[in-house]
Amino acid sequence: MTAAPEAAALEAPALETTGLGKRYGRKWALADCTLAIPAGHVAGLVGPNGAGKSTLLQLAVGLLRPTSGSIQVLGGRPAAGPGELAKVGFVAQDTPVYSALSVREHLRLGAWLNPRWDNALAERRIAALDLDRNQRAGRLSGGQRAQLALTLALAKRPELLILDEPVASLDPLARRDFLRLLMEAVAETGVSVVLSSHLVADLERVCDYLVVLAAAHVQVTGEVEDLLAAHVRLTGPRRDPAQLPAGQHVIEASHTDRQSTLIVRTDGPIHDPAWTVEQLSLEDLVLAYMSQAGRAERVRKASFRTGKSRSGMGVSR
Amino acid sequence: MIQLTWRQIRAQALVAYGLLAVIAVVLAITGPKVAHFYDAYVATCAAHSDCGTVQNAFLHYQHVVQAALGPILLVLPVLFGMFWGAPLIARELETGTFRLAWTQSLTRGRWLAVKLGLLGLAAMAAAGLLSLMVTWWFSPLDRMNLSRLTPGVFDERGIVPIGYAAFAFAFGVTAGVVIRRTVPAMAATIVAYVGARLAATYGIRPYLFAPLRITSALQLGGPNGPSPPGLGAPNPADWVLSSNTINAAGRVIGQNGAINMPGGNQGIGFQSGSNGISLGGVGRCPNIPASAKIRPGSNLGRSGALQTCIDRLGVRQELVYQPISRFWDYQWCELAIFLGAAAVLAAFCLWWVRRRLA
Repeated sequence: MTAAPEAAALEAPALETTGLGKRYGRKWALADCTLAIPAGHVAGLVGPNGAGKSTLLQLAVGLLRPTSGSIQVLGGRPAAGPGELAKVGFVAQDTPVYSALSVREHLRLGAWLNPRWDNALAERRIAALDLDRNQRAGRLSGGQRAQLALTLALAKRPELLILDEPVASLDPLARRDFLRLLMEAVAETGVSVVLSSHLVADLERVCDYLVVLAAAHVQVTGEVEDLLAAHVRLTGPRRDPAQLPAGQHVIEASHTDRQSTLIVRTDGPIHDPAWTVEQLSLEDLVLAYMSQAGRAERVRKASFRTGKSRSGMGVSR
Repeated sequence: MIQLTWRQIRAQALVAYGLLAVIAVVLAITGPKVAHFYDAYVATCAAHSDCGTVQNAFLHYQHVVQAALGPILLVLPVLFGMFWGAPLIARELETGTFRLAWTQSLTRGRWLAVKLGLLGLAAMAAAGLLSLMVTWWFSPLDRMNLSRLTPGVFDERGIVPIGYAAFAFAFGVTAGVVIRRTVPAMAATIVAYVGARLAATYGIRPYLFAPLRITSALQLGGPNGPSPPGLGAPNPADWVLSSNTINAAGRVIGQNGAINMPGGNQGIGFQSGSNGISLGGVGRCPNIPASAKIRPGSNLGRSGALQTCIDRLGVRQELVYQPISRFWDYQWCELAIFLGAAAVLAAFCLWWVRRRLA
């Protein structure tokens, strides 16, 4: 709203939300979500089951409408019209396809419903996957079905590809193949990607941008490199985490009688020689934020406070 | 989108139109026979004076086809509602494929509008074709049968089945969208269709146009003879709603040229009493002296005194009917009602899919 329209068109983020919330009955599936994922990334959306990942992605493709706040995809309202729909490819959770239609008919369906349909790309992928074009989609394996759904989404030639837990139901081999082919397609078409998973290992391989969602709130967002650089594990003699210098924020703390282990977000290097400083893996980082969210949620529920929900902890880049 | 709609409904469409083709063949073979029977025997029966037998034989001619066509035309619209309408969106919601369909490059409003429009028209066309065939096949029988305005005949002729099909289809789709499950939506469609048809037949149709009334004298038959039949409508094909005997105050005191008498009998009867002669179920005859008695050989009947008594007591018969000339007015009105309901349902459905299912 603040940027001039032409500027927004030039550098519109792939996905931008402000105070976004979605409520089902009395339960908020997603609350006060503010984030901006720049275009040109493969962004991973990670969080435990029920964290609101699917809700956020369905809001992004216009299958759901927000209860509060706003959401912009590539600078436009999701699914506002055929133009907005054409720019976004979506592979839904459990990769639904029409079980009565054959693989070939699915490609025709894509061609019928999408003006920018790239039939050569679709045919190439189906050939590479060695799928029988006359096979009914209902008789495909889970992995093949996911690949078909991805092919449909890619051949639409979207600017942004959104995948909702695409590999959750696949065996490890199919999971690896799917992600490999996804990355090949990204390299080939330059499409921006947002994909969700509850497994960090899936995302670690493919993502260069990360959003951690837990307990209906955004916990942390940023480029993977920056996040890894800004977080460390400190091990040293036991001390009160509140006494850390400014610019160091404790995400997770555990103590033994004599020793403290802290996971800390820091603006600069750690100078205190008492600490042993260790780099974090992406998985450690994500788990630290998830368990922090879990603790906060328990505290919130225990205290019965109904005040304004906490805002997400954004990491500035 | 048109191709996709066709691909998804292909199996059900082939079944429906295949059945229609089979029915068309059966009717094309038997229809000319019915017409020939009428032309060769029934139309000329007056010359041979055995009309009753001939007509009776005609009414039972091709009775299997006769008996089957009514139920087929009765259930066809609701089949469209159940098997085309209810699964149309509910199946997509159940299997999750709506997430695929609604994220292609066309809005879900357009997606639904194409499906509703094409399949709605296909269902209406099928119902219209079947009704056309049935109307043609039955036309000789309708010339001597009950009025074509009678419930059970009216709704299996002409253009109203088109409206029924449109309504049933639109309701099926709407139920599927709101309930989000196919089988319950199918059940809801049956209930709604039966309810709507009953409401239209007995709640709306009788009041669409003010019926015509003919009031005339209640005619007494010959002495000791049977009561005369009720007053007939001007045209035998008119739809008789009621044929009542009414008293001077306009109250109904009997049906079909008879009076409800004490003791549960119906007819026209006179009794002798201490104060003269009275018309059973009405009152004393004012034109007959109190001393008069009914005896064998009395000339009260022949003299017209009893008829005068009926007239003086103000007892008349009143026929309430709809003339057959209004047949097409009725057809258009009922078609408009059902098409209007279908249009409202379709609009609601579009609104729901675009606004609520989000």
